Amino acid sequence: MNFLAVIGRVVFSFLQAAGRLGIFASTAVSHMFTPPFYFRSLLKQMMTIGYYSLPVVGLTSLFTGAALALNIFEGGSRFNAESALPSIVVIGIVRELGPVLCGLIVAGRVSASMAAELGTMRVTEQIDAMVTLSTDPFKYLIAPRIIATTLMMPFMLVVVADSVGVMGGYLIATGKLGFNSGNYMTLTMDFLEAMDVYASLTKAAVFGFFISLMGCYHGFYSRGGAQGVGVSTTNAVVSACMLILLTNYMVTEIFFAS
Amino acid sequence: MTDTPKISLKGLHKQFGPKVVLDSVDLDVMPGESMVIIGGSGSGKSVTLKCILGLLHPESGSIKVDGEETVSLRGRDRKRLQRKFGMLFQGAALFDSLPVWENIAFGLLAERKVNRADAKEIAIENLRSVGLSPDVALLSPAELSGGMQKRVGLARAIANKPEIIFFDEPTTGLDPIMADVINELIIERVKEMGVTALTITHDMSSVRKIADKVAMIYHGNIIWTGPRSDIDNSGNPYVEQFIHGKAEGPIQMEVLKA
Repeated sequence: MNFLAVIGRVVFSFLQAAGRLGIFASTAVSHMFTPPFYFRSLLKQMMTIGYYSLPVVGLTSLFTGAALALNIFEGGSRFNAESALPSIVVIGIVRELGPVLCGLIVAGRVSASMAAELGTMRVTEQIDAMVTLSTDPFKYLIAPRIIATTLMMPFMLVVVADSVGVMGGYLIATGKLGFNSGNYMTLTMDFLEAMDVYASLTKAAVFGFFISLMGCYHGFYSRGGAQGVGVSTTNAVVSACMLILLTNYMVTEIFFAS
Repeated sequence: MTDTPKISLKGLHKQFGPKVVLDSVDLDVMPGESMVIIGGSGSGKSVTLKCILGLLHPESGSIKVDGEETVSLRGRDRKRLQRKFGMLFQGAALFDSLPVWENIAFGLLAERKVNRADAKEIAIENLRSVGLSPDVALLSPAELSGGMQKRVGLARAIANKPEIIFFDEPTTGLDPIMADVINELIIERVKEMGVTALTITHDMSSVRKIADKVAMIYHGNIIWTGPRSDIDNSGNPYVEQFIHGKAEGPIQMEVLKA
């Protein structure tokens, strides 16, 4: 009955991984709220994760907003619904595309770099060295990264992604598709509700948490030299992206399903 | 000298899955003594060290430091114990994101005992004591040669004024002259600070230079202990084979068995 043995092994290794991740996550979270706090590391991470991700997040959103406007205009013109363009752009960007695309971009950028950095520190014994210097790597390395990503995603990156995305739609609509500028802005602001913004920011914070958690988890448990670090980096990005898409659905369900 | 050993291992047992790495290790290291553990690759030297440091948890057995049982220590007690330890890692394990001086002062800064200006002074003092000039302080670890990295690693290990210093293969990967320089530094620092030293190595010239006592580990057991002067007439065929580096003898390398 080899087939059953394979199923058993897969289930066991899945449960083992889930348990290890659960323990890792709860340890990380508990260290986020207990002193000592390393503010210098936190600030450094906020700069790298937030500020330095701005250009790529901004560009992505700008072109996504622009493409969205073109598509909606073309599609809407088939049943004379072009005038719905501003409201669809703002809802599409703020509720979905802003946070999700920003999350995926940041997952590629940030969780890969976390996994590679922590993985290299692990295989070169730097994490062990840190423990021998009476410093908890959870506090010094992991807590600042998770706090920084969970804060920077909503309060810097997704705010920018949402605004620039709407701006992309506006530029195309007014510059190319003949919309009136004031009219476009009024339609946008009238249609946008506070709940949309809350949902967007909630998604951003949740994505930020999982991006950094995956980066740290896979990096921290890297094994076996350069190849091992490569594997952890891949796993970090893939699992972060999948968690983003999964939790995106769940948050959307919580906010908007009625 | 007191009768309580600085480090006392009794029946230390550690296995990874089915593979027994430490069978039953017994070892006493007296205060102020320089003990060197010799043994081939994979004989359990590094694992012994990592168990004492608390980086690995043994399955059974006892590890006493200053007569205090340490295997079960956690949290604050573990941290208090950790302050007694300094460690020079095989690959130096310097934090490559920090300049040399912050590496040396890492333990001091992490515990917030000193401000950054004072920490830098202390770091430069420690750099001098390992024969490096103050201008090295601002370099990044990647800019240093292997020998300099080892010396910075030594400076970091002694900066917190530990009571016990562990050396993991201190001369591996260095040219013979640099190896001797490091050996000299180890003797000088250890004697001057009056600390207990525990070194693991397979470099016999290093053993002859820095050891007060020598212990040989083989297949996870200490098979011989004695003062340095006795290693040439130990009467133990394993020790004989090891110190003369012969392929033939009671120690059969894994490659030959297969």
